[in-house]
Amino acid sequence: MNKATRQAYGEALVELAKTNDKVVVLDADLAHATMTSIFKDAYPDRHYNVGIAEADLVDIAGGMSTTGLVPFCSTFAMFGIGRAFEQIRNSIAYPRLNVKLAMTHAGITVGPDGGSHACIEDIALMRVVPGMTVVVPADANETYACVAAAAEMDGPVYIRLARMATPVFEGDMVKPFTLGKANVLREGSDVAIFACGIMVAEALKAADLLAEQGVSAAVINMHTIKPLDADCVREYAKRCGKLVAAEEASTIGGLGDAISSVLVDGQLPAKLIRVGVQDVFGQSGEPEELMREYGLDAESIVKKVLEA
Amino acid sequence: METRQLKDLCREIRMDVVKMITEAGSGHPGGSLSSVELVAATYFTQMNVDPANPKDPDRDRFVLSKGHVAPVYYSVLAHRGFFPVEELWTLRKLHSRLQGHPDSKKLPGVDVATGSLGQGVSLAVGMALGAKHQGKSFHVYALTGDGELQEGLVWEAFMAASHYKLDNLTFLVDWNGLQIDGTNDEVMSLGDLNAKLRAFGLDVIELKDGNDLEAVIAALNTPATPGKPRCILAHTVKGKGVSFMENQVGWHGKAPSKEQCAAAIAELEAAKNE
Repeated sequence: MNKATRQAYGEALVELAKTNDKVVVLDADLAHATMTSIFKDAYPDRHYNVGIAEADLVDIAGGMSTTGLVPFCSTFAMFGIGRAFEQIRNSIAYPRLNVKLAMTHAGITVGPDGGSHACIEDIALMRVVPGMTVVVPADANETYACVAAAAEMDGPVYIRLARMATPVFEGDMVKPFTLGKANVLREGSDVAIFACGIMVAEALKAADLLAEQGVSAAVINMHTIKPLDADCVREYAKRCGKLVAAEEASTIGGLGDAISSVLVDGQLPAKLIRVGVQDVFGQSGEPEELMREYGLDAESIVKKVLEA
Repeated sequence: METRQLKDLCREIRMDVVKMITEAGSGHPGGSLSSVELVAATYFTQMNVDPANPKDPDRDRFVLSKGHVAPVYYSVLAHRGFFPVEELWTLRKLHSRLQGHPDSKKLPGVDVATGSLGQGVSLAVGMALGAKHQGKSFHVYALTGDGELQEGLVWEAFMAASHYKLDNLTFLVDWNGLQIDGTNDEVMSLGDLNAKLRAFGLDVIELKDGNDLEAVIAALNTPATPGKPRCILAHTVKGKGVSFMENQVGWHGKAPSKEQCAAAIAELEAAKNE
């Protein structure tokens, strides 16, 4: 079964609201795209539309949080994180307000809308803000779990969500979710692929393809980019010596950079292969085409591993 | 507090402002002095706050959207009892709770951190909306500058305040006419502000003299118009009370010398018997 993490987000909010009466949801005229409309249908008096005004979205959420509410605010990542960056920095993170930023349509798989909407900078922008927790859920189940975990903790959280429907993991691929704790989905000894978000499914496919070539690949779901599970990185750096960081975002400032910092700080002699958008903008196209075009699909991961 | 007493306190606050900024060696005297009556009257005649319980969920809120006038805010908070007056002299110093712009993580009484212009207006809208959402009766006040109204976010926030019928919200506009690079009209004309604010759905009270304490109190005491956010549009004098600073754009963000400080204090002391 395939489901977009944004769809799961809307459903997760409804579940959360049943037990947490402090939760309110804000949107900026995109409720039917971010899927907060699901929440609005269930709890119309707990959903606020601020109009096409992303800076206002973030600050109104900030103000509401100071009254004891737990606001989730959503729009497209490009505008919620991009346009409202400074509101997030100064009005949410600096006073450490309890606002959850759940932004959808992140990355190049926003698809036909094209490069103006394909936000590849959001992970880097949120990672650099002191005290920000950054989560990129891999599938619907992880989205349910991380929404609940975000509401549970006090402080700002960025949850990065995708437009495209992706596989929902089943069986032993479903792991308990703890913020800041990586989940090992597959063991391997030659290379360890650290992936987040929709890249986890690609990493699993890549591991299958690599196995056919006699390469044993571990796959680690690095759902929390900050705080990063550095112990896990160190462990696999020592075990495999060759690591892959796979993210559907710019290779600058994201998961790959976070992992490379762990390697450098620990003086670990591991090779790191970065799979991500290589300092270029996105463009229009179908998500699957774009994944190939920008070298993010499983085949591209395999090629990079075999070449390295 | 009696108006007579409060008037005297306003003079003391002005002296604090001048001394604090002199001691710090930097800061913003002009806009601090122009907004003394607006901030003091709000805290001493309107707001239900308890310095012993600064996080009381039902307290009234104040947002210093023009966060650079922290000196007037800190002086008012200290006199209101949130922290010792002696702490005022630590303004802008390393490890001080009195940051250059207010930090709600550090200083009791500060409801939310500000400093980046425009954002406080929107934060205040969120607070007032949060009160309405939870059926709480507290009131939210936000002080903005005039130049600050050039920020587009302010108008997004006004729109939302009006849309959500936030009659538990009062904006105070310190309209001293000057900003860093010159007069408002030289930098970016604000036009017919009263008409613009009314067009955005605010219930506007325009004060010819926003440094007239009685007039400010009367405006604050005016009962809210149901379903409408209030805006007190107050014409003030930048640098008010220190003759060499009054209406001088150069005193927006400059610390007085020791001699200038002494002259300002002498002038404010002399005003006591007026």
